[in-house]
Amino acid sequence: MASSRRFFVTPYLFLLPGLLFFAVFLIYPLVEAFRISLYDWKIMPGVVSPFVGLGNYVRAFHDDTFWIALRNTVLYTAVTVPAQMVLAMIVAVWLDALPRGRVVYRTLYYIPVITSWVVVSLLFRYLFDSSEAGLVNYVLMHILHVIAQPIPWMQEAGPALIVIMLLGIWKGIGWSMIIFVAALQAIPIELHEAASIDGANAWQRFVRITLPLMRPTVVFVLVMLVIGGFNVFLSIYLITGGGPLHRTESVLTYMYNEAFNFLEFGYASAISYILAIIIFVISFLQIKFLRNPVEV
Amino acid sequence: MRKKRSRLVHLLLYVLLTAGAVGMIVPMLYMVSTAFTGQTYVLELPPTFIPKEPTLQNFVDAWQSNNFSLYFGNSLVVAVSTTLLSVLISSMFAYALARFKFVGREMIFYALMLTLMIPSLMLIIPQFMLAKTLGLLDSLTGLVLVYVAMNIPLNVFLLRGFFEQLPRDLEEAVLIDGGGYWTIFFRIALPLSTPALATVAIFTFLAAWDEFTWALTVINSPLKRTLPIAIAAFQGEHLTQWGLVFAASLIAIAPVVVVFITLQRYFVKGLTSGALRG
Repeated sequence: MASSRRFFVTPYLFLLPGLLFFAVFLIYPLVEAFRISLYDWKIMPGVVSPFVGLGNYVRAFHDDTFWIALRNTVLYTAVTVPAQMVLAMIVAVWLDALPRGRVVYRTLYYIPVITSWVVVSLLFRYLFDSSEAGLVNYVLMHILHVIAQPIPWMQEAGPALIVIMLLGIWKGIGWSMIIFVAALQAIPIELHEAASIDGANAWQRFVRITLPLMRPTVVFVLVMLVIGGFNVFLSIYLITGGGPLHRTESVLTYMYNEAFNFLEFGYASAISYILAIIIFVISFLQIKFLRNPVEV
Repeated sequence: MRKKRSRLVHLLLYVLLTAGAVGMIVPMLYMVSTAFTGQTYVLELPPTFIPKEPTLQNFVDAWQSNNFSLYFGNSLVVAVSTTLLSVLISSMFAYALARFKFVGREMIFYALMLTLMIPSLMLIIPQFMLAKTLGLLDSLTGLVLVYVAMNIPLNVFLLRGFFEQLPRDLEEAVLIDGGGYWTIFFRIALPLSTPALATVAIFTFLAAWDEFTWALTVINSPLKRTLPIAIAAFQGEHLTQWGLVFAASLIAIAPVVVVFITLQRYFVKGLTSGALRG
C-alpha cells in the first residue's frame, strides 16, 4: 500500500518544481501572448483593451515595415545558413583529415561562438566603422585599393545587412563545425578504405559515403540554423537598431521595438506569433522531407 | 610515393586551416589590441594591431571608476544561482520523464520540445507583465527565475537522454534494500551523471552570463545591471571610447573562454549528444 502510493505520488514530486517554472514562465506566457495578440492591448491600468480578433494579424499583413522585416529575416536565413554549413563542412572535413592539432584548430574556430553576441556586435560595429580609420574601410582603401572613399556601412540598408550577415556567418561556423567533426569521427574508416581500393577519389568518397552517412546530422544542423536564422535579433538590435528608417529591421527587432518603444503589446504579440508559426511550419517540413532518404 | 603525397596534402591542409583560423581570430585580436590602446590612439590612421604604448589603463578605468566590478558581481550572482537551481530542478524533471510512467508524460515531453523550437523572445511581453505582477521587475531575482525557466527545456532534453541510458540494476538493488526513489536519485543517478550534469551546468551558466534582452527589458537601476547590458549601455553613453568598451568586454568574456578551454570535452559532448542521436 505504502509503496503503491509512493509509486503514484513520487513522479509528481520529482516533476513539481520544474513543472512549476515551466508552466508559469513558459507555457502561461505562450498562451497569454496569443490572447494579447487578439486585443488592441492598453497597458494603462483601468483602461479597457478592445478585442480586435485577428485585427493585429491583418494589420501586419498590410504593414510595409513588417514585410521589410520579414524579407530581411528570410534573406538573413537564406544567406547565412548555407554559408555557415558549407564553410563548417569544409573545415570539418579538413580537420578530420589532420594527423594532429585538431583541438587547437577546433578551439580557434569555436572562440567566436562562445563570445557573447553583445561583444561581437559591438566589435563588428567598430571593425566596420564608417570612417577611413575603421579597420575594414582602411584595408579596402589603403591596402587592397578596391575603394576610393570609405564605405558608410551603417547609413544604408544594403551594406549594413552585409555586415550583419557576415557577423552571423563568422560567429556561427564553429558551432556547425564541431557537430560535423563529431559526426565524421563516427564514420568507420574501413568504408573509406574499401572505396579507395575500388578507385573512388576523395570527392566521390565524400559525396557517396560521407554525406549520406551524415544525413541526420546535416538535417539537424540545418533545422537548428534555420530556427536560429529566423530568430535573428541581437546583432541587428545592437548594430543598426533596425535603422536607417526601419530598413534593416528583422521580425524580432520590429516586434521588440513595437512592444517596448511604442507599447503596442497586442500588435507585437501578433507579429511574434506569425514568426513562431512560420518557424514551426518550416521546421516541420524540413524534418518530414529531409530526415529519411527517399526510397528509390 | 603515396606517403609523400599524403604528407603534401597534410601540409596544404595545415596552411588552409591556419588561414581560416586567422580570419576567425583577427577580429578578436583587434579587440584585444584596442583594449590595450590609450584613448588618443583609438581610430587613428593608420589602424595599428600592436599598440604603440600598450597600457592597462582601460582595464583599470573600467573595473574601478566605471562600476564594472559591480556588474561582474551581479552577473556572477545571477549566473551561479541560475546554474545551481536549474541543474537541480532540470535533473529531477528529467529523471521523472526518464524513469517513471505517469499520466501526462507524453504531453509534457511534447510541450518541452515545442518550447525548444519557438523564439524565446515571443514570450517576453507576457513574461514582462507577469514579472510586474509578481514584483520581479528591476530585481536580480527576476532575472534568475526567468533564466531557470528558459533553460529547462534544453537541460531536460539532454539529461533525460542520459538518465535513460543508466543501468537499472543498481536502482533495483536499492529498491529491494528498502531505499526509495529519492535515495536512488541523489545517491546513484546523480553521481553517475556527473559528465552530463557538467555539460548542462556549463550551458546554463553561459546562457545566464550572456543573456541580454530580458535583463535589458526588466532592469532599470544602473547598479543592478549585469555585464551584457552594462557593456551595451556604456557603449551607448561613451560612443567613441572603444578602448574602455573592449576592456570591459574582455573582462566579461574572460571567464567564458577559461571555462570553455578547461571543460572543452563536456562542451563538445553536450553539443553533439543532441545531434548524433539522429
